[in-house]
Amino acid sequence: MFRGQYDNDVTVWSPQGRLFQVEYAMEAVSLGTACVGLKSKDFAVVVGLSKPTIEMGLSQPKITSIDQHVGICIAGITADARVLGTYLRTECHTYKHTYGSLYPIQRLVNNLGNKMQISTQRYDRRPLGVGLLLAGYDDKGSHLYQVMPSANVFNCKAMAIGNRSQGARTYLMKHQDNFQLCSNDELICHGIQAMSYAASIDEPLKLSIGIVGKDQPFKILTPVESLSYQKTCKPPDTSDLSWFPETLKEFDSSAASTADSAPGPSAPRTETNSQPNLSVTPKTSKNQVDNKKSS
Amino acid sequence: MMNNSCAQPMWLNGPSPGQFYNFMGGNNAPAQLPRELTTAGPYGTKHSTAAITTGSSVLGIRFDKGVLVAADTLVSYGSLARYQNIERVFQINNKILLGGGGDFADIQSIKRSIDQKMIEDQCCNDGVVMKPAELSSWLTRVLYNRRCRMNPLYIDVVVGGVDEAGKPFLGNVDLRGRAYDDYVVATGFGRHLALPLVRERKPKDREFTFEEATKLIRESMKVLYYRDTRSLPQYTVGICTANDCSIKGPFKVEENWTFAEGVTGY
Amino acid sequence: MSTIGTGYDLSASQFSPDGRVFQIDYASKAVERSGTVIGIRGKDCVVLAVEKIVADQLYEPDAASRIFTIERNIGMAIAGLMADGNFVADIARQEAANFRQQFERTIPLKHLCERVSGYLHAYTLYSAVRPFGLSVILASWDEVDGPQLYKIEPSGNSFGYYACASGKAKQQAKTEMEKFKFTDMSTEELVKSGGKIIYQVHDELKDKDFRFEMGIVGKETDGIHLINSAEWIQKAIEAGEAAKNADDSENEI
Repeated sequence: MFRGQYDNDVTVWSPQGRLFQVEYAMEAVSLGTACVGLKSKDFAVVVGLSKPTIEMGLSQPKITSIDQHVGICIAGITADARVLGTYLRTECHTYKHTYGSLYPIQRLVNNLGNKMQISTQRYDRRPLGVGLLLAGYDDKGSHLYQVMPSANVFNCKAMAIGNRSQGARTYLMKHQDNFQLCSNDELICHGIQAMSYAASIDEPLKLSIGIVGKDQPFKILTPVESLSYQKTCKPPDTSDLSWFPETLKEFDSSAASTADSAPGPSAPRTETNSQPNLSVTPKTSKNQVDNKKSS
Repeated sequence: MMNNSCAQPMWLNGPSPGQFYNFMGGNNAPAQLPRELTTAGPYGTKHSTAAITTGSSVLGIRFDKGVLVAADTLVSYGSLARYQNIERVFQINNKILLGGGGDFADIQSIKRSIDQKMIEDQCCNDGVVMKPAELSSWLTRVLYNRRCRMNPLYIDVVVGGVDEAGKPFLGNVDLRGRAYDDYVVATGFGRHLALPLVRERKPKDREFTFEEATKLIRESMKVLYYRDTRSLPQYTVGICTANDCSIKGPFKVEENWTFAEGVTGY
Repeated sequence: MSTIGTGYDLSASQFSPDGRVFQIDYASKAVERSGTVIGIRGKDCVVLAVEKIVADQLYEPDAASRIFTIERNIGMAIAGLMADGNFVADIARQEAANFRQQFERTIPLKHLCERVSGYLHAYTLYSAVRPFGLSVILASWDEVDGPQLYKIEPSGNSFGYYACASGKAKQQAKTEMEKFKFTDMSTEELVKSGGKIIYQVHDELKDKDFRFEMGIVGKETDGIHLINSAEWIQKAIEAGEAAKNADDSENEI
C-alpha cells in the first residue's frame, strides 16, 4: 500500500490521481453532527443537530445567518466554518454597499468555492475541514448549496451532511419530488423528519432550524418555535411512531421549565440561543426505537 | 466576482503563476498603489480640474411603463462643435440605458467598466442581470470614491431602465457621487431648461404616459437646441420598457428660425 | 505504471531518473477519472459536449456544470477536478477581461490559450503547489478567425484541434470522431454528431446516469457562447438517443 507516501501533503497527487489530504478533510465533515437542508419553490430550510461537545456545555452554534437572504448550517470544524462565515458576511455586506441589493446566491457560492480551492493546492495551507449547507433566496428563487472541503460547490434539491447523515439522505431522496410544492411548515417538518434518521436514538433531538424564503428574511427559529415544530411534525414512518412524540414530550416539559427560569449568566447570546439552554436527557428509555429502519 | 480568487503570491518575492515566469523570482515589482495615493512629487500632484471634450444635456423622463433617455449627438471641444455624430445614450443591457454628459473620455472609460460587468453577468450564466438601480448605486460608489481621492471623473450621467418586475427606474449620478432618482432627471443645461418644463406638466396623481413622455422629450430637446449653445438639432432617444430596450434615432429638431428676423438689438 | 513508488514521484519539482515528472502524470489520472468531454469544430461553429456523470440524485440537474463562458464568444469545458475547473475558469475570465481592458477587443483564442496554459504550466514547476487535475478545452468563434478549438493538458501543453476529447472515454471518443468529417459540417450536423459521440461513448455499466451538457458558439448563435441552449441541446440529445438505440439493437442481433 503506497497510500502512506502520498497522503502527507495536499500538493501531492497519488498515482491514481487522488488527493488524499483533501479526502481526509472531507472526513472532518462526517465528524460533525448532521445537517439537513431542503428547499421548496419559495423557501429553503436548514436543520442542524446540536450536541454539546462537553457535558453541561452549550453546543456550538450549528446555524449562522450571513445576510438577510442567506444562512449556513455547518458540519465539521467550527473554527474553520467561522472563517467562511466571516468571508461570506463581508462579501454580502460589500455587495449590498456597492449595488444596494442582495448578493445573487450562485455567484456568492462560486466565489466561496474559488476561495476554498486555493487551500487545496498549496503546500502551506490545508483545506478547510468543514462542510456547509447554504440556504438562500434571491431573484431566481430559493437555493440550497452544498459546499465541501474539496472546494466543490453543488446546487442541491435537498442534502444532508455530517455524522450518520446517510439515513437522512435516504429519506430526502425518497421524498424529494414533494418538496417543490411544500409550504414552509411542511418543509421544516420534512427537515425534522429527515434529521430523525441521522440522530442518535437515545438522545432527544436538539435541533436548530433556519429558514429563508419569499418575504422571509433568514431566521433561526427560537427554541420554543423549533420545539413546537418538532411536536407537531408527524413521525416519519407511522409504523414505529412510538419514540418520536415520547421523546419530545419529555424534552418539551423540561424545556418550558428552564425557559422560564433561565438564569442570567448562562443565558446564551443571540447567536447561540438557537439551542434550548439545558442538557436534558430522558429519564426513561421509552424512546428506544425498534431498530429496523435506522441501521 | 473576479477579484477574490486571485492566487496570492506564493511566498514573498516568490513566483506568481501565470505572470511571465521568472526563475529566480524576486524581481516582481511590489504592487503599486494608484499614483494619486502615493506621495506627491517635488512639485505636488495635480489632477485634472475641468472637463475637456464634453457632452451637454441628457434628459431622462420616467413614464408608467418605462423610461426615455435623450441626448443630442454633439461632443464639444470647449465651444467648438467638434464631434457632431456621437451617440451619448447607450444601451447597457436589456434593462438599462445610460446617458452620459460631461467629459466624454471619462464617459467612455466608465462605459468600458460597465460593459465588462455585463460580460461578467453573462459568464455567471445564472440568469441574473444587473438592474438599473444597482448600476446607479455602483456608479455612486465609484464616483464618490474618486471625488474623495480628489481625482473625480468629470461626468454627469443618467441611468434609466426597468427592474425584473418591469418597474421603471430613473436616476442621476454626478461627478461628486451625488445621486437621486425621480420621474425626470437632466444633466448640463437641461437641468435648468428642461427640468422645469417637464415638472410643470407632471400630473399630480399619476405617472406620465408614453405619449406624454415622448412629446415632452421632443419639446424639451427643441428648447435645449434653441437655448443651449452647446447643442445640435440632432438627438437620439433610448427607450426602455419591460419588452424593449433600444436606442432610436437620430431625430431632428423641428427648427424654425423665421422669428429671427424680428430679433433686434444685438 | 511500473515505476510507481520509486520515490521520485512525490513532488512536481522532481524528475525521475528516466526523465519524467510523475506528479504531472498522476494529475492526468484525475482527468481520466472524470466524465468524457469533447470539442468539435465545424464550418462556422464549435460545439463542446460533456458527459456529466450524476454523482447524487439530490443534486439539481445544473449542479457541477462543466462548461463555462469565458467571454461573450468563448466557451470552456473541463475534464477533471470541478473545483480546479471553476478556479481556472475564473483565471481565464480575468485574462480575457484584462486583454479587453488593454486592447478594447475580444481576446483571440490563441492568445487566451497561451495565457491559460502558461498558468497551468507554472503549477507544474514547484513542490509548493500541485499541478491542476484538469484538462481544459477552449472554443470560440468570430468573424475574423472563424471557429477555434484548443485543448490544454495538466502539464500546460496546448494544441489547436479540429476535434478533441478528454476524460474517461477519451480513446473511444477519438475513434468515433475519426468517422466524421467535421470541418465542413453545418451547425446542426455538428450539434447532432456531438450528441451522438457522447451518448455512444457513455458506459452504462459503469456509470448509470449522466446528463448531457453542451456549449455552442458560432455564426448561428450570433457569436455568443450559449450553454445548454434549449434549441440546440434538444437536437443533440435526440440524435444521441437515436444513435444509442441503434447501437443497442445492433448488439441484440
